Amino acid sequence: MSRPNLKSAASQGVWRCHACGQLSRVSAPAAAAVSCPRCGASLHQRKPHSLQYAWAFLLAAMLCYIPANLMPIMLTEMLSGTQRDTIMSGVAYLWRSGSWPLALVVFVASVLVPLLKILSMLLLLLTVHWRSRWAPRQRTRLYRLLEVVGPWSMLDIYVVGLLVALVQLQSLATIKAGPGAIAFGAVVVLTMLSAMHFDPRLIWDVFEDDDER
Amino acid sequence: MNLHPSRPDTASPLLACHECDLLQAAPANRAQGVSCCRCGGQLLPGPAYRPSTSLALVLAGLLVFVLANAFPVVGLEAGGVKTATTLLGTTWQLSQQQMEPVALLVLLTGVLTPGLELLCLLYLLLPLSLGHAPRGFARVMRLVHVLHPWGMVEVFLLGVLVSLVKLAHMAEVHPGIGLWSFFALIVLLAGNASRFDPGMLWERYQACRDRT
Repeated sequence: MSRPNLKSAASQGVWRCHACGQLSRVSAPAAAAVSCPRCGASLHQRKPHSLQYAWAFLLAAMLCYIPANLMPIMLTEMLSGTQRDTIMSGVAYLWRSGSWPLALVVFVASVLVPLLKILSMLLLLLTVHWRSRWAPRQRTRLYRLLEVVGPWSMLDIYVVGLLVALVQLQSLATIKAGPGAIAFGAVVVLTMLSAMHFDPRLIWDVFEDDDER
Repeated sequence: MNLHPSRPDTASPLLACHECDLLQAAPANRAQGVSCCRCGGQLLPGPAYRPSTSLALVLAGLLVFVLANAFPVVGLEAGGVKTATTLLGTTWQLSQQQMEPVALLVLLTGVLTPGLELLCLLYLLLPLSLGHAPRGFARVMRLVHVLHPWGMVEVFLLGVLVSLVKLAHMAEVHPGIGLWSFFALIVLLAGNASRFDPGMLWERYQACRDRT
């Protein structure tokens, strides 16, 4: 960085507790097993095995993303036959029926957000691997956005759940959840887990390491 | 080698950003909350946090939580057949259709997590505002920290609105008491979360523990 007196806590031997936020001065090697004097949680300089966990959850999420979009998440059984709805066809249906603001909300929450979440996690993980010095502030902000936006893709799961419970009108129509719903739920949970295990401080560590050299 | 971590000097309060790990001195005036000077992450919320305010929000939240789950969220009427459902009803119906993973996900994120988080907060805040130190404080604080990202009540509410629109043209829909309770629950949960200051609670806990 241009300003010389910016120091990370880690370089000063100060570790922050992941559980309670207490700062502790630790004069032990980075891998030592020490615990927080305030809450007793084990202390780490950075989240342990952060990149490995984040990659594993991200790859699993990418695998589940395919069936989540191709398989039907909802089956509507009517007198006229069975209608299979994927996520995209659900959005298209809302669009055609005239409620386009809602179609937009569902499109953003169920199509755009999971896709952008996967792409952003890829970007964050790859730039950390390449020890990139590019736009650290913006990448940190992207990470913050990911954490906020994460749960909103659960929207479609709740919609399917509600429709399944409500539309049980014996002869008229019944709605069942399709296998796509399981895959989609898995995508939401796996991308959230991936983002939780990623440690944004790794983005900034490059600057410290280079200064020491 | 000193393997026992010690606290840094409390004379000059230091803060380390949880997002970029920058070590910085806490400013004396924290009326607006404190943000990291390098990455802009929030380090401390504003000073308005009082456990008693939080306790009031949590108590109201618990009350509304019970209402939200006891009364139907939406009702449907078509061809003389009436159905209505609660959030628990949707999980039951999903599990009847061999969709246990989805049912479990809805149960955890919609009912169990917010409920347990509210109970944990009650367990922490009630003794603290009376001046006692609750047992197992550290463990319950950690549980709240782990649970918080998995509570998705606000997403469920948006889901209800989407379902209402989807159903409105094929049948008559009736928003229930549960729906209004969920609205109130979100406001209370958001008000509580934006105020929540773990550092302040820890200070209060240590003060209460030292006194006894």
